[in-house]
Amino acid sequence: MPDFISIPFHDGLSPIAISYVLAAMGLNIHFGYTGLLNFGQAAFAAVGGYALAVSIVSFDVPFIPALLLGLLGAVILSLIMGIPTLRLRADYLAIVTIAVAEILRLVVTTSYKDYFHARDGVSGFTETFRSWSPYRSMDGNFLTFSPGDLWVMTVGWTMVVLLSLLTYLLVRSPWGRVLKSIREDEDAVRSLGKNVYSYKLQALILGGMIGAIGGFVGALGLASVQPDTFTTDFTFIAFTMLILGGAGRVLAPVVGAVAFWALLSLLAVLLGELSDLSWMPDSLLDNTRIGNLRFAAVGIALMLLMIYRPQGIFGDKKEIAIDAR
Amino acid sequence: MPADDSTTDTNATTGRAGLVGLAAEPGVAKPDPILVAHGITRQFGGLKAVDVDHVEVQRGVITALIGPNGAGKTTFFNLLTGFDAADSGDRSFNGRSLKRVSASKVARLGMVRTFQLTKVLSKLTVMENMRLGATGQRGEQIWAAPLRFLWADQEREVTERAMELLKRFKLDAKADDLAGSLSGGQRKLLEMARSLMVGPELVMLDEPMAGVNPALKQSLLGHVKSLRESGMSVLFVEHDMDMVRDISDWVIVMAQGQVIAEGPPESVMGDQRVIDAYLGAHHDTDITELDLDALAAEAEAETLSNRGDSA
Repeated sequence: MPDFISIPFHDGLSPIAISYVLAAMGLNIHFGYTGLLNFGQAAFAAVGGYALAVSIVSFDVPFIPALLLGLLGAVILSLIMGIPTLRLRADYLAIVTIAVAEILRLVVTTSYKDYFHARDGVSGFTETFRSWSPYRSMDGNFLTFSPGDLWVMTVGWTMVVLLSLLTYLLVRSPWGRVLKSIREDEDAVRSLGKNVYSYKLQALILGGMIGAIGGFVGALGLASVQPDTFTTDFTFIAFTMLILGGAGRVLAPVVGAVAFWALLSLLAVLLGELSDLSWMPDSLLDNTRIGNLRFAAVGIALMLLMIYRPQGIFGDKKEIAIDAR
Repeated sequence: MPADDSTTDTNATTGRAGLVGLAAEPGVAKPDPILVAHGITRQFGGLKAVDVDHVEVQRGVITALIGPNGAGKTTFFNLLTGFDAADSGDRSFNGRSLKRVSASKVARLGMVRTFQLTKVLSKLTVMENMRLGATGQRGEQIWAAPLRFLWADQEREVTERAMELLKRFKLDAKADDLAGSLSGGQRKLLEMARSLMVGPELVMLDEPMAGVNPALKQSLLGHVKSLRESGMSVLFVEHDMDMVRDISDWVIVMAQGQVIAEGPPESVMGDQRVIDAYLGAHHDTDITELDLDALAAEAEAETLSNRGDSA
């Protein structure tokens, strides 16, 4: 296969892409359906990843209880972020979530080095998970993926399917109807006797837990957790993927994330080949600039998308066009 | 539910019969109050927006809350329904104190409000708007939501009830349209219909006639009256004097945050305190030379020119 097909294919389906798909699915519950601005999805993924890694490595917790600890961590984090802010205007949640995410990242970078190992990160927690792999005896790669990646991908994409199904069922229920109404006008919902605060908290917890599952998959895919994975970029890229797919649509995060990664690596390949041809002077395009140039190109593509198709790939134009105010 | 019309006629304390012969004084006790507010104050900085000593709303009648702009009507409304917290005072609904009760709980107890600027959910269909109003839905609990069989039957009942209401409000043809495609008057109708889905005992309408064309006004008036006929109590804020005169059984007048007068519509509009509150500028002219209709029209004109900032 030529590089410009095989590399985007690989990157678009890889364990890292799955962790972003799940992070964006969580954001879809928060932002797409409930209108909550969570700028700290990285924190939920970090709590998932670190809870899994540290509890196995430092405390010898078995694999499954370690996962449950990660989910519990996400619930606690949602309560910390949500209880003080969800009664207030939407902006306050945004401020608190981005601050909490940065505080968490700085704590794991600089403190409790015995457990978090600062920038080196935590590794050595994948043994149990790998021992369950049916691909252990496989030789070589399958469709560019190593046996280890394949096992993470099997589990990861299964989680994506199950959680998409859960989201689909939830947003088509009366519960989802309340969320969509809160997104539009929470006072109207309150006047009809619904406890808006409780629904917002439920949505924050659910989306946060899905984000933590994304953290599990990312950690297992890399076989380590490092603080630099969970910068604010993580959250904003997940938001970008969601908006690319069309917020408020069940499959938006999946398609958005895969398309985003594939596009990003396609650009890297194309720009790389272009610079090898030396048609352009090095001051404009050389191998060291490709990393930044491809993000610039994605940025331009997103701007065009927002101008000509603001509802994203899947969004419904009618939902955007009609505005009561 | 409060007494229906047949008992209203025989029972001298509930409904309209209970209002006969009451003293037209601010804070007068009603024989069968559904809502009682006492000592309610609300301060915004240096301004005391609401300072109501005592007011009672009679069950089974249509009560109007009127007053010039800035009188604190909407603020009082927000305080009654729990959308704003009073600095002091308490209110009780059906004898139950509403102190520290959230707005959503107040609605579930049977006191449901609408808004001056209609709050229909424009990106949901008309039917979904209606369904949202139903209380006690099992499918609104997160654990039951993914399991359709747990709430499908209830959803069908809710839909049937919603469809009946939509028919009554002549919105049934629009059931599957997005609420955002409705006209201003239709939105008022939808909001009123949706509030009935909650099963209220007291319907609180905040300026139901604002921005509604004259043709629709008549049908809206009919709908408000029909709420009373079906046993509900209505409290509404309104600037439209025709409407106040036409349908209200009792009028409460506010000015500068206080209740300054109460009474049946015929007498309250001739009350000297009310005329003073509305027409402070005419103090020097002989009040007997002014025609009441002209006064009302003038007050209305003032309202129209200031609409939107009367909160």
